[in-house]
Amino acid sequence: MIALLRRDLRLAVRAGGGFGLGLAFFLIVIVLVPFGVGPETEILTRIAPGILWVASLLAALLSLDRIFALDYEDGSLALLATSPLPLEGAALMKALAHWISTGLPLTIAAPALGFLLSLAPEAYGFLLMSLLIGTPALSMIGTFGAALTVGLRRGGLLLSLLVLPLYVPTLIFGAEAVRRGANGLDATGALVLLGAVTAGAFALLPFATAATLRINLR
Amino acid sequence: MLTVQGLACARGGVPVLREVGFQVAKGQALILRGPNGVGKTTLLRTLAGLQPALEGSVDYPEDDGAYASHADGVKAALSVSENLAFWADVYGVVWVSPTLQGVLESFDLVDLQDRLAGTLSAGQKRRLGLARLGLINRKVLFLDEPTVSLDRFSVKLFADWLQNTHLAHGGMAVIATHIDLGIDAPELDLTPFKAAPDAQGGSDEAFL
Repeated sequence: MIALLRRDLRLAVRAGGGFGLGLAFFLIVIVLVPFGVGPETEILTRIAPGILWVASLLAALLSLDRIFALDYEDGSLALLATSPLPLEGAALMKALAHWISTGLPLTIAAPALGFLLSLAPEAYGFLLMSLLIGTPALSMIGTFGAALTVGLRRGGLLLSLLVLPLYVPTLIFGAEAVRRGANGLDATGALVLLGAVTAGAFALLPFATAATLRINLR
Repeated sequence: MLTVQGLACARGGVPVLREVGFQVAKGQALILRGPNGVGKTTLLRTLAGLQPALEGSVDYPEDDGAYASHADGVKAALSVSENLAFWADVYGVVWVSPTLQGVLESFDLVDLQDRLAGTLSAGQKRRLGLARLGLINRKVLFLDEPTVSLDRFSVKLFADWLQNTHLAHGGMAVIATHIDLGIDAPELDLTPFKAAPDAQGGSDEAFL
């Protein structure tokens, strides 16, 4: 299973688009927001948690359709399905590789971009923590969505429509944790629920993803 | 020993083959023949476990089969030896560089081993796809048109490997091909096993 993770990360680095693309998109969205809403710091401070979370959601969405589509096209997916590697494990590794190449860089870059939106100083820790807990769920749910649309040509749009509603709980709890942190309130509840969504996604979705892939490969 | 009994399989919900039965003993190969669309690929996918059989049974030692499709499963951004090493790792093969070198030699890939797979020609890519089979050490091979885009020399190279390395060490192979591989193997024409299109009656496949 580690071999698959290593290969996917290597491909993400070499083929480009993996590491850079999502991060650059995140950066641009965050930079564009002050142009759109104006430079008043109080407004930016108030909307910063939500904007940062929505932007990381969209950035994670950007590279989802590549998770299985490339392997499907060049035949590796059928070969992986007939290999001794359990498809559930492959799904988990795919999600993990997606998180390392998208979610993790976003998490690390987010505090710097929070500065651009004049995020409240107390909120930085919560931003980092909520993204660290929440973004793995984005990758896992997205992997499931990618498996659903794997056989379709131009399934990218359908994938977004399928996956974005499933991102709602993560978005609500993630942004809420940062907002509460910014206002000096107790954010434990939101963080715990955020963690619950992630844990649930990782407990159930590898199996759902593998079942979906088996049906799509028939 | 690979035993297939009363196998029926479908493609896209339409039954294409029925009552297929054959045996392949250790060290033997079976060549599948038949016109385009008769169901060679469907049969091989069913044997490899990618799709369920409508009825009948397929029996071979568990975890001993390997499938090679029309597509090679080669990653363009990885080098030839990285591609092979990946599949060896997935199949849990503990390999040392002499093994890899041996496989590279049997498929004439030694000079190409550090090239990115994306820069290979179609025939070279095919050889890389087939070399995977040499490394993963599986006894029962299901090969779908293995010689597509290979030149005559490479076909000979592959047939030699199949005969002298794989089959000689007790391996088995079921091969769908339109050309003469020049190996000593019985042939099975699939035309008589063709299923009538509505043999299943009302299919509920659409609801699955």
